Amino acid sequence: MKGKHNETEDNDKVQFGFWIYLMTDLLMFSVLFACYAVLHNNTFGGPGSHELFNMPLALTETLILLTSSFTCGLGMVFARNGDKNKTLAFFAVTFLLGISFLSLELSEFTQLFHEGNSFTRSGFLSSFFTLVGTHGLHIFSGLLWMALLLGYIATRGLTKSAMRKLTLLSLFWHFLDIVWIFIFTFVYLMGKM
Amino acid sequence: MEQFIFGKLTFATLPHEWFTVGGTVFITGMMIVGALFLTKTKRWKWLWREWLTSVDPKKIGIMYLIMAMLMLFRGGIDAVMMWTQQALASSNMPGLMGSQHGFIDASHFQEIATAHGNIMVFFVTMGFLFGLMNLILPLQIGARDVASPLLNTLGFWLYVAGAILINMFFVFGGHFSATGWLAAMPLSELQYSPGVGVDYWNWSLQVSGLGTLLGGINFIMTILKMRAPGMKLRDVPVFTWASFCSMLIVISIFPILAMTLALLFLDRFFGMHFFTSTAGGNPMMYINLIWTWGHPEIYVLILPIFGIWSEVVSTFSQKRLFGYTNTILATAGVMGLSMLVWLHHFFTMGAGADVNAFFGVITEFIAIPTGALFLSWLFTMFRGKISFKTPMYWFLGFVSTFSFGGMAGVMMGIAPIDFQVHNSLFLIAHFHTMVIGGALFGIFAGISYWFPKISGFTLNERLGKYAFWLWITGFLTAFVPLYILGLMGATRRLDHYAASTGWQPLFIVSAIGSLIIGCAVTMQVIQLVVSIRDRKKNQAGNDPWNGRTLEWYAPSPAPVYNFAVVPEVTGRDAFWEMKQKDLPKPVYHDIHMPKNTATGIYIAGFAFLIGFAMVWHIIWLAVLALIGAVVVLIRRAFDENTEYIIPASEVERIEKERRKD
Repeated sequence: MKGKHNETEDNDKVQFGFWIYLMTDLLMFSVLFACYAVLHNNTFGGPGSHELFNMPLALTETLILLTSSFTCGLGMVFARNGDKNKTLAFFAVTFLLGISFLSLELSEFTQLFHEGNSFTRSGFLSSFFTLVGTHGLHIFSGLLWMALLLGYIATRGLTKSAMRKLTLLSLFWHFLDIVWIFIFTFVYLMGKM
Repeated sequence: MEQFIFGKLTFATLPHEWFTVGGTVFITGMMIVGALFLTKTKRWKWLWREWLTSVDPKKIGIMYLIMAMLMLFRGGIDAVMMWTQQALASSNMPGLMGSQHGFIDASHFQEIATAHGNIMVFFVTMGFLFGLMNLILPLQIGARDVASPLLNTLGFWLYVAGAILINMFFVFGGHFSATGWLAAMPLSELQYSPGVGVDYWNWSLQVSGLGTLLGGINFIMTILKMRAPGMKLRDVPVFTWASFCSMLIVISIFPILAMTLALLFLDRFFGMHFFTSTAGGNPMMYINLIWTWGHPEIYVLILPIFGIWSEVVSTFSQKRLFGYTNTILATAGVMGLSMLVWLHHFFTMGAGADVNAFFGVITEFIAIPTGALFLSWLFTMFRGKISFKTPMYWFLGFVSTFSFGGMAGVMMGIAPIDFQVHNSLFLIAHFHTMVIGGALFGIFAGISYWFPKISGFTLNERLGKYAFWLWITGFLTAFVPLYILGLMGATRRLDHYAASTGWQPLFIVSAIGSLIIGCAVTMQVIQLVVSIRDRKKNQAGNDPWNGRTLEWYAPSPAPVYNFAVVPEVTGRDAFWEMKQKDLPKPVYHDIHMPKNTATGIYIAGFAFLIGFAMVWHIIWLAVLALIGAVVVLIRRAFDENTEYIIPASEVERIEKERRKD
């Protein structure tokens, strides 16, 4: 606080704030999980989770997202070592994995739509689409953020500000991974039980 | 095509009833007067640069207070309209102004009741609290700024955007929500409320709730990361501690509110089935979710007030607070319990005796830490050198009203009693005792206590005391009859009642009380005007009350950087200790401060547009506004040049000027 601003102190503050944000986001997801728990049997005569879920697809999505978390972690290691090219490469892989996750999710959604099982059909489908879709929306904003940040790093290098943003992004990405593990367990696996 | 451009907005929806036309004329009139004044005095640029884009928490705090006062005026008019209606709406009296009973028709009455509740909770009480926290909290912990100036200004402007949205139906017509302040379900679903009212309600709360959440994150960061060197958590002033507990509740419950409102939006806009009564929706799930937010929300309001009382009582008794640690433990205890009692708002749901017993018992438990707080304050006064300034009057008013309001709460925590008085005026009287006798009195005490720090001069004591006596008389006259009426069976939101009930005399007494409250508010306005007029005579100096905490160490009003030299803290009541010894001559350094930014006002502007567009289903506008908000956010994220330096010589000049005494 004396005279010059302290960089580490600043970083510390921003990261702490971001952690609080992540916790509030987790609470938003918990509301959606709770709604799903209440509504998952309310199929209103329509199909339930047994008939609808495509397990190989869900497993593929899971593996893709887990791998993307791994490449994201590797990217961070290289970023800390100051290796710009490898950082960019690993985050590019993360980005592509994110895109493929999102397209698989969208293909699942479109298929459900085509079969007439949209979110208006029943309380169960409303809560399913909202929970999984909110996660997808988070992935989408993460990808947007990643693209911008990669462009920034490519032109200006691994500056202190870029490192700070990259750290937050990786936190965000791992966070989404954890949420997805819960979705995979509670929605898909338990839905098939 | 027309529907694409304007959505559901047509000429037919424009204002055409006397109250909406009146509102429109009033609002536009005020805007024209304001604009003329600014143009005449050439103050547009000054307003934009010095205030609207400011990141100085002290200026943001003042803007919060002004906004909250405006909204208090708006919510107060709603209240007086309801009281007048109920005084007139006995079934044997002829209706006036074209309505069957009283002078307001039934659906309009429901809209007023809804708006009144939302405005008073979201925009008045929250506004005042965030205002006081912005003004005082950084000073109390010896900080130059809050942790994130950007979040702070963004939070404030989202609050303003929400406040404008809730009043928009005056200008663009349609109706406001008529389904109660927390939207009864499934009544608020599209099937039963097809108009735009519920959407206005939904988006207004969504936007301002987001602002509150950001504000909460910011204050938690500030308290944990920005304290002056040497200030341990066990040295933090009680108001800051209480605000901290309150903000912990904010970050725990506002995500729930955001999601609940979002789900209601999905139901109404995309035809989903979360809370519908058909297709597998579950209306009671909404009631549970909204009260999981709603009950702790009341404690968000009251906890900082408890903190204000602790400061006021200890300052005006010239004593250390009795039981500092106990006070904080009790506050934290109330915080924890507040999140476990939501079901007592609907014992009648039919959850069964065991569930009701659990929530009933936890509800009663809240009285224990609250009682401990009262003991702390009373023992602080015991053998203190008490000076009866206006804040102490408010305190004594609070002690008496809050105690009997609390006892009514303890009664309703017993499920069998609650079954009798559920949704009756008894309940209305109870929670108004808590939010007026508790929160609002505390806000008034806080404002008169800290006013010299905010402005540099004190408020007129005599007029302040007149205002207090009018308030307490008016308050009791207005609400004691409601307790009785509630026990006689009058329910809430009654727009008329049968003459045979014999309720009318009590309703008239209650309405007279509201007029006395009106006089009290007028007295407060006079007090403010007179105090500003006499400001040269009432110069306060930096420490008018012989204070104990660090905010009294800063100059009044504090300069933008708060403290030229950040104080080293060695214990509790830091300023009191500093006064006991001689301080070394200060050595000034350059100070880094955040630059003003328009990011907050732009993003909130776009948020307002999104809300407005979604109310009227103008999709293109919503999409454009969303893109706009994201672009502004990205530009800010990659802006590296957000600070400026105040050179040491300038600091020295300002300090010499401010610390003349």
